Amino acid sequence: MLRLESVSKRFGGVAATDRVSLEVAAGEVHALIGPNGAGKTTLVGLISGALRADSGNVRFMDSDISSLPQHDRVRSGLARSYQITSIFRKLSVLDNLALAVQARSGSSFSFWRPLEKETGLFEAASSILGEIGLQEKKNHLAATLAHGEQRALEVGLALATQPKLVLLDEPMAGMGPEESRHMIELIERIRAGVTVLLVEHDMDAVFRLADRISVMVDGRVIATDSPEKIRLNPEVRRAYLGDEVPA
Amino acid sequence: MSWILIAEQSLNGLQFGLMLFLLAAGLTLVFGIMDMINLAHGSLYMLGAFLASTFVQLTGSFTAGVLLAIPATALLGMVLEISLLRTLYERDHLSQVLATFALILIINELTRLVWGSDAALPMPGALSGPVDLLPGLPYPAYRLVIIAVGLAVAVLLYFLVTKTRVGMLVRAGASNREMALAMGVNIRLLFTLVFGAGAALCAVAGAMLAPLLAVQVGMGENILILAFVVIVIGGIGSVRGALVGALLVGVVDTIGRAFLPIVFGLFFQPRVASAAGPAIASVTIYLLMAVVLYFKPQGLFPARG
Amino acid sequence: MKKSIFLLAIFGLFPLAMQWADQLFYVSFATRVMIYAIAATSLNLVLGYGGMISFGHAAFVGTGAYVGSILVAEGVTSALIGWPAAIAVSALAAGIIGAISLRTRGVYFIMITLAFAQMMFYLVNSMKAYGGDEGLTLRQRPSLIVDLGDEVTFYYVVLSILALTIFLLYRLMKSRFGRVVIAIRENEARAEAIGFPVFRYKLACFVIAGAAAGLAGALLASHGKYVNPNVLHWVQSGTLMIMVILGGVGHLWGGALGAAMLLGLEHLISDYPIGWLAQLAPNYQQHANLGVGLVMLALVLFAPQGIAGLLERRKHAAA
Repeated sequence: MLRLESVSKRFGGVAATDRVSLEVAAGEVHALIGPNGAGKTTLVGLISGALRADSGNVRFMDSDISSLPQHDRVRSGLARSYQITSIFRKLSVLDNLALAVQARSGSSFSFWRPLEKETGLFEAASSILGEIGLQEKKNHLAATLAHGEQRALEVGLALATQPKLVLLDEPMAGMGPEESRHMIELIERIRAGVTVLLVEHDMDAVFRLADRISVMVDGRVIATDSPEKIRLNPEVRRAYLGDEVPA
Repeated sequence: MSWILIAEQSLNGLQFGLMLFLLAAGLTLVFGIMDMINLAHGSLYMLGAFLASTFVQLTGSFTAGVLLAIPATALLGMVLEISLLRTLYERDHLSQVLATFALILIINELTRLVWGSDAALPMPGALSGPVDLLPGLPYPAYRLVIIAVGLAVAVLLYFLVTKTRVGMLVRAGASNREMALAMGVNIRLLFTLVFGAGAALCAVAGAMLAPLLAVQVGMGENILILAFVVIVIGGIGSVRGALVGALLVGVVDTIGRAFLPIVFGLFFQPRVASAAGPAIASVTIYLLMAVVLYFKPQGLFPARG
Repeated sequence: MKKSIFLLAIFGLFPLAMQWADQLFYVSFATRVMIYAIAATSLNLVLGYGGMISFGHAAFVGTGAYVGSILVAEGVTSALIGWPAAIAVSALAAGIIGAISLRTRGVYFIMITLAFAQMMFYLVNSMKAYGGDEGLTLRQRPSLIVDLGDEVTFYYVVLSILALTIFLLYRLMKSRFGRVVIAIRENEARAEAIGFPVFRYKLACFVIAGAAAGLAGALLASHGKYVNPNVLHWVQSGTLMIMVILGGVGHLWGGALGAAMLLGLEHLISDYPIGWLAQLAPNYQQHANLGVGLVMLALVLFAPQGIAGLLERRKHAAA
């Protein structure tokens, strides 16, 4: 579904990603792991369209999207969530999701008809609310949510655009064990309907959820394989896993 | 169109550009280091001119008057920074714009109250005549002095910024403020000094240009926008960019105003040329800015990576 | 809504009261206030709701003023042609300037809009055929079905336009488009990341505001029968900004409130001497701007949400 062919991006003199080739199959949960500074977030930016690659191609569903702007990529079914929460803090949770639903349902160059009349939008938003488990908080301001709930909303915003592939950039960032458990359950719930590229540090989550794992170090992908094989891969252990491999 | 005219206008452009540099240097540093948009920068330029006018009258000497105006304006600038502008560093750009705009109004009116709407700063008699640069190329002596002063200040700034410790701190602050803080620099003092230096530069420009342009309330607003165009072209936070930008703007503007109407006169009827020529001429530097930004959206020498 | 109808009633009865009291000057003054209210409201759309700090808004007011005046000067005296023409040309100017400026961010955007406004100022200044820096005087106001020369009639015409403008703004912000504009102001990166082509929305917002500003400009020129390049000077843009922040950035009535307060304040200071202050500084009335500047500074430092914001906060606190 998603294929990166030798994608490179430099910042100043540093190659954040260096001829990265990656392939995500339809329906799988594909995890991307690696030490801090390996270039994972840059890669997410390149896939989502926030950044343009210096060289290489990004192909999504058999089309070359390398020069497509971010909003067009979203429209074609490629959404992302952010590592550092980026929601609409002054809007309610429901309004946050409704906005994302609005983005993918027709033109918003509509100047007269009040939004509140569009019940369809809000129904779709409510169903996402259910999926991410925030029904209780639907009218609360996004800024008043607890950290874990904000991260859930973060994922919800991406899901509300009805993506075929969703890029989750460290969804569990800053979460305690209880919240992490909820996030894992969330991802388990959604995996049936959407392909997931999951960037994470939480190895428990990664090994539980992933169908395949790619390991990125210093801007390069050094291995892509099933979780068991990755666990045993000596280069990976040396570069990254070390003691973090769960029993 | 003669060589003499071209040489003359080029020198005028150089002269104007150097003065613009003095304004732009302070502005770009304040913006680059303190991340603050200061619309009242033009008011410091105006105050420099008014203060110079008073000191010249008090001392009877042009040189003494100008020299006194510089620290006086710097002091005023620093007082302003300590009392008021400091609180704006943490605010968003809109608040800074509005607050400093309000300051322009306040300073303009206070200036009117103290001095009236304008003041006199006549050219020193000794310098009012022309000098023969080359046989057949007379050029006003005073403008030559401005060029000399401008170049001297530019060289001085160069040394200060690149060869001294303070200068290094300033450059570090311009490119990465958190880093400078982490290095244990007394940021508050540094900011105040930078602001004062900027004010001093404004005073030099204001006092030197005063005999050529009029000293009047509101003179700051007109030149401020040029200074902003300069730092946008040159790159925010970069003194080198300010110099290059200022020279570019000074020369393009002066030559544009001098020659575009003539060029238009060659191709168009007099009525059209006399209307369109000056109009397009005044627009040339904005076109220059648009072109530069199209190719280099961060300006020619952006200080921040 | 009830509040609005109440306000409308007051404004509607005002000129009749003034006529009865034989104080027609205030009708003309109120008309001028309302025209500035329209201009400030248009800036509020771009600045308050859209979050775009445009320092060149005066350029669009000025464009409308000049288009309206030039048409009348050239013999096209019907407002039904002049005012729509002003709207159209201002919208076009906003489209061009916006298309270029909106490609930049933050302070660069502020500077570019400022620069464009100055550009228009110099351009207009050099138009000797239409007065140059001395400005253009009209012999009479444009003609409408009703007689615009009558102060009370003109007042009602402007009142209707103001009411319509605010109503349209109200509907606009409740619509899909309005929600996107607010979302972009709140978090532009995320708005793009959920699929909105942010640039197009900002540009549309900019053009709508520019068009409304152009109408205000045409009304201004029609009212005073005079226009000069100073209408386009960037300091005028600052004045409009003061109105918006005074009245309340991003609040429906922010522009109107701000215009009323600023112009009212200026009028009070100039025309109503305060005894002890006059003793202290005999010329103080000519320095109204000092008071304006101080009020403005105080507002920025202590009440960034403007007066409307203060009122809302009190309402919330009381609730």
